[in-house]
Amino acid sequence: EKSKNDFFSKLGKAVAGKSKVDDEVLDDLEDVLVSSDVGVGTTVKIINRIEARVAKDKFLGTEELNKILREEIAALLSETNSGNATDFYVPTDKKPYVIMVVGVNGVGKTTTIGKLAYQFKKEGKKVVLGAADTFRAAAIDQLQVWADRVGVPIVKQQMGSDPASVAFDSVQSAVKQDADVVIIDTAGRLHNKVNLMNELTKVKRVMQKVVDHAPHEVLLVLDGSTGQNAFEQAKQFTAATEVTSLAVTKLDGTAKGGVVIGISDQFQIPVKYIGVGEGIEDLQVFNKYEFVDSFFK
Amino acid sequence: MFESLSDKLDSALHVLKGHGQITEVNVAETLKEVRRALVDADVNYKIAKEFTTTVKEKALGQDVLTALKPGQMMVKLVKDELTQLMGGDAEGINLSGNPSVILMSGLQGSGKTTFSGKLANYLKTKKSKNPLLVACDVYRPAAINQLHVVGEQIGVEVFSDEGNQDPVAISKAAIAHAKANGHNVVIIDTAGRLAVDEAMMTEIANIYSAIQPQETLFVVDSMTGQDAVNTAKAFNDRLNFDGVILTKLDGDTRGGAAISIKSVVNKPIKFIGTGEKMDAIDVFYPSRMADRILGMGDVVSLVERA
Ligand SMILES: Nc1nc2c(ncn2[C@@H]2O[C@H](COP(=O)(O)OP(=O)(O)OP(=O)(O)O)[C@@H](O)[C@H]2O)c(=O)[nH]1
Ligand SMILES: Nc1nc2c(ncn2[C@@H]2O[C@H](COP(=O)(O)OP(=O)(O)OP(=O)(O)O)[C@@H](O)[C@H]2O)c(=O)[nH]1
Ligand SMILES: [Mg+2]
Ligand SMILES: [Mg+2]
Repeated sequence: EKSKNDFFSKLGKAVAGKSKVDDEVLDDLEDVLVSSDVGVGTTVKIINRIEARVAKDKFLGTEELNKILREEIAALLSETNSGNATDFYVPTDKKPYVIMVVGVNGVGKTTTIGKLAYQFKKEGKKVVLGAADTFRAAAIDQLQVWADRVGVPIVKQQMGSDPASVAFDSVQSAVKQDADVVIIDTAGRLHNKVNLMNELTKVKRVMQKVVDHAPHEVLLVLDGSTGQNAFEQAKQFTAATEVTSLAVTKLDGTAKGGVVIGISDQFQIPVKYIGVGEGIEDLQVFNKYEFVDSFFK
Repeated sequence: MFESLSDKLDSALHVLKGHGQITEVNVAETLKEVRRALVDADVNYKIAKEFTTTVKEKALGQDVLTALKPGQMMVKLVKDELTQLMGGDAEGINLSGNPSVILMSGLQGSGKTTFSGKLANYLKTKKSKNPLLVACDVYRPAAINQLHVVGEQIGVEVFSDEGNQDPVAISKAAIAHAKANGHNVVIIDTAGRLAVDEAMMTEIANIYSAIQPQETLFVVDSMTGQDAVNTAKAFNDRLNFDGVILTKLDGDTRGGAAISIKSVVNKPIKFIGTGEKMDAIDVFYPSRMADRILGMGDVVSLVERA
């Protein structure tokens, strides 16, 4: 295993006093990025950017080079524009603030909702959960367990009922309870299933009947171990629901989640959260420099 | 970004055609495209490199360079090589025990619980077995309920012991229950776990040694990227599993992880999952998977015409 320092010092040595990063170094960089699921296209883009910077600035030390590398990769990650990026935060000018959580099967939507509810509650917010996954076996029970753990109310109906109706009820109940934030869980669905994607559009639309401009946030959850297919997921979920933010889960494993760099760049959607475990506290606010550094560890 | 290999090879073949003479450099250039396409399809980049080196040797060894249609021959070579890599004789599930015990393993959310239900349903309806499903995920919220709902959907009994936190004890009790009640297959659903989670990997290794399953299956999400090799290797090192299950192939992923996994552990891919419903299970066809990874419906017909 290549350590971060090895890599950076090699990179530094190879370009010291040269106007061009040499091929071997770029090959190494390519290996690191590709094996982190950054993808061939985005990797080429990053390497081109680094070459351009290095060509301009002829005599670079290792230190500057590390900085350039981090900056150029991080620059592709869309800026978060939701307040203090080091904290969990709910805008106060929209009440209730409505968050709808979407994604393909098994990525960690329900778990992320439980963890988010916990963080928001800790901030002193009044949280309501909506169990609009009425399809998956015991999905409602699963969200109920999270609601109990966190100590927040849940709005639910029977398995098999209309998810749009549950979403409607949830937002309405949040209004009645004067809640600060309501988080809607939805069933996992593969993005190539037209009917299921249309259903999601409908779930989204129905909430606007209760609160103007709801949902204020559509959070797409991506599994950190997913490869290049995540692009297509981002594309199709954005088409169906206008995704506004991303969460990347399961980064406590060995997968790096590098595919989100290209996604964030192409669709201009900020990554907001990362999941780092199955426990209630295992959600972090995304930090792009730490994320980039993790590729070289 | 998602050009299929057929598109890429078309342009690479163009390069080949453009030159009056086919040289080793042309072959290398074409194979570079193949390698990129494989990596874009989520084949591990090291394995993609090895693969193209093998193909290059074969191409140079054969008379590809002097063939009438070298490009098409190259495509066929790549496809055949991929198919062979993922293939081997189709192996079913080992049902020799009485009861036959099947242990599920895999990462979080890969589809173990759903596949446990599908397999039980398949064995019940297609093989006239009397399976018992066992709930050994004592961690995930509502995991036991989930298996009960699945069992009810397919009319298969589910053994669980709510409150018992010891999956080894639960699985042993389940096998005793199966013996006493005439179940000839026992399918054990376990919690999702990361390969780097030492405590959880020890737990499943303990379940494995306690029950000595006839069949241990590694369930993997077909959308998995470069990390598939690490995970497959780590699970195989601990469990020496008998086969791989690829789930969620009803999506549009190319599924290159299938090649990575097969290359690393050399275990057969036995079944695929093609949906959330209980009948969405199919046996694995290496040649179809090769087509899918290469994105080459049209290339296949090109080859067939050749
Ligand atoms: N290690 C790890 N596991 C996670 C993380 N987030 C979720 N999980 C696990 O992943 C599995 C799936 O999580 P869920 O929250 O049920 O995923 P989902 O997207 O709601 O799934 P569906 O509703 O079936 O589509 C569970 O076993 C979770 O405990 C994470 O950040 N790290
Ligand atoms: N579309 C599709 N969805 C699937 C398939 N197999 C499983 N799923 C879905 O994937 C999600 C996760 O499946 P589970 O069976 O709960 O996965 P698991 O491995 O048991 O998850 P944990 O117990 O949390 O580790 C659920 O939403 C399933 O419905 C499949 O072949 N196709
Ligand atoms: Mg869920
Ligand atoms: Mg499960």
